[in-house]
Amino acid sequence: MSAAAQPAPAAEGRQPLVAIHGLSKYYVRGDQVIPVLVDLDLDVYAGEYVALMGPSGSGKSTLLNLIAGIDKPSSGEIRVTGVDIAALSDSELALWRSMHVGFIFQFYNLMPVLTAFGNVELPLQLTTLSRAERRERVATALELVGLTDRATHLPNELSGGQQQRVAIARALITDPTLIVADEPTGDLDRVTAQEILGLLARLNDELGKTIIMVTHDPKAAETAHRLIHLEKGVLVG
Amino acid sequence: MAIPLGYIARNLLARRLTTALTAGGMALVVYVFASVLMLAAGLRQTLVSTGQDDNVVVIRRGSQTEVQSGIDRSQTGIIESLPDIAVAADGMRLVSKEPVVLISLPKRATGKPANVVIRGVTAASLDLRPQVRLVEGRMFRPGTSEVVVGRSIATGFRGTDLGETLRFASRDWTIVGVFDAGHTGFDSEIWGDAEQMLQAFRRPVFSSVIFRLADPDRFDAVKATLENDPRLTLEVKRERQFYADQSQALAKFISTLGTGISIIFSIGAVIGAAITMYASVASRTAEIGTLRALGFSRGAILLAFLIEALLLGLIGGIAGLVGASAMQALTISTTNFQTFAEIAFSFTLTPGIVVASLAFALAMGFIGGFLPAARAARMKIVDALRAA
Repeated sequence: MSAAAQPAPAAEGRQPLVAIHGLSKYYVRGDQVIPVLVDLDLDVYAGEYVALMGPSGSGKSTLLNLIAGIDKPSSGEIRVTGVDIAALSDSELALWRSMHVGFIFQFYNLMPVLTAFGNVELPLQLTTLSRAERRERVATALELVGLTDRATHLPNELSGGQQQRVAIARALITDPTLIVADEPTGDLDRVTAQEILGLLARLNDELGKTIIMVTHDPKAAETAHRLIHLEKGVLVG
Repeated sequence: MAIPLGYIARNLLARRLTTALTAGGMALVVYVFASVLMLAAGLRQTLVSTGQDDNVVVIRRGSQTEVQSGIDRSQTGIIESLPDIAVAADGMRLVSKEPVVLISLPKRATGKPANVVIRGVTAASLDLRPQVRLVEGRMFRPGTSEVVVGRSIATGFRGTDLGETLRFASRDWTIVGVFDAGHTGFDSEIWGDAEQMLQAFRRPVFSSVIFRLADPDRFDAVKATLENDPRLTLEVKRERQFYADQSQALAKFISTLGTGISIIFSIGAVIGAAITMYASVASRTAEIGTLRALGFSRGAILLAFLIEALLLGLIGGIAGLVGASAMQALTISTTNFQTFAEIAFSFTLTPGIVVASLAFALAMGFIGGFLPAARAARMKIVDALRAA
């Protein structure tokens, strides 16, 4: 799968999964207004694998955070599956995230006191699934990322690549609408990074997961369907 | 939805030393708090169990204790003639006129003098106090200068061993027996013949009259009869109530002082808990951000850290109670403010004290944990995630 800077796939009448219109984000420091994202429009369709690239400070992580509903825009609209998430209250947004977003972080962000199993199970604590159903789902997710035999290990007993696999299993476990990945290979060596990127590509290809990934790494970006460049808060390609 | 308890508890285990030190601080406060309450409860229980429910104590109106009271023979005669007094199997009426006097004896441990109750008793006295039984020697013979001593007197005061003589009221009194009064106030008394005591102390009046009611339900009627009789200036109480009242001042003093000290100490423990919880929040900022991103609400984060602080308090509370419960093996002796007499009693752990101590420990955890928990809950997700 190669991903040069490509336009969004023809909509062909389809509604975008993520529809961003006139999005701006700025910070106010004293009497100074610092723009991070400026009047941005972007559509992401279901099943897409999008890479967000750009230099440090270009606003790519901020854009990802806004799409994932962990930050609020200064103005504009973000619709995900038709819901204007910028208009949701704090608690509505928390519930929305738990159902629609899977997170993959650069430093894995696993709970150090929980085993691989416990970490993957964590998002399911927010559901009404029974214990047996949770167990079954966690076992499937761990099998998918090839870590069935590491289920009882704590994060500090796992390699970086294995920890990121646990994080991917955690991101998948609730079958979210969208997976957001912020520099998922940023803390990994080249070989391990390739393994993780291969896994993400599989999730997209085989499970049809929509993935939006922020990365600095052009090789990582190549695995995506579409490449979006940001510079100084503006889309450039 | 709440964050799993296992995650919260494991965080405490992950920081074992900090958890142990913080909970240890709380445990010390709970230990002091529980010990003081146990002391007050022990005093109360000793004095309350001194009294029997169907026994009645009559003293002079206005006198709080037997030592302050005086009832002359004309008044005791009226009391003795009451038809409500129970009769023993051998036909003896269960009523006893008793002089009660304080003398000073040196304590066995320090040699310092302390007041001891001397009680003049009669043939009915032992029937009225079934908890009293001789454990060494024999009972004194009526009409002689012989006495028997309570177990706490025998262990706590010099010159009170079996066979020794005590000098008081210008006479030498031979100790011919030691009695056990089942950890009641009588354990801290010396008993001799009532008439001999009156003569020796040159007292014309008795201190109290104790009798058993044939029908315990008749207490109110008997009380009304005696207290409304214009010839008498007497106060009538159930024996259990009489002794319970005597524990009030000292027990209240101990509880108030102890609770006050515990509250002052607890400020230190609460600050300790707050520092621990702030450190916990600071070291887990990225975890908090992650949990929030995964969909856990601010309330769930607040609750998780509060539960963690409450668990700290609970560990401290249980440890403090375990330490305090060991105090039950100790018997201590002190002067009762109301009777001015030395009384021996043990630390007593009651279910109420267990509940109060655990509530106190949980309150320390809650107060110490609330601000750090609120801080964790207020964090902005993106700021918290940046700490990773």
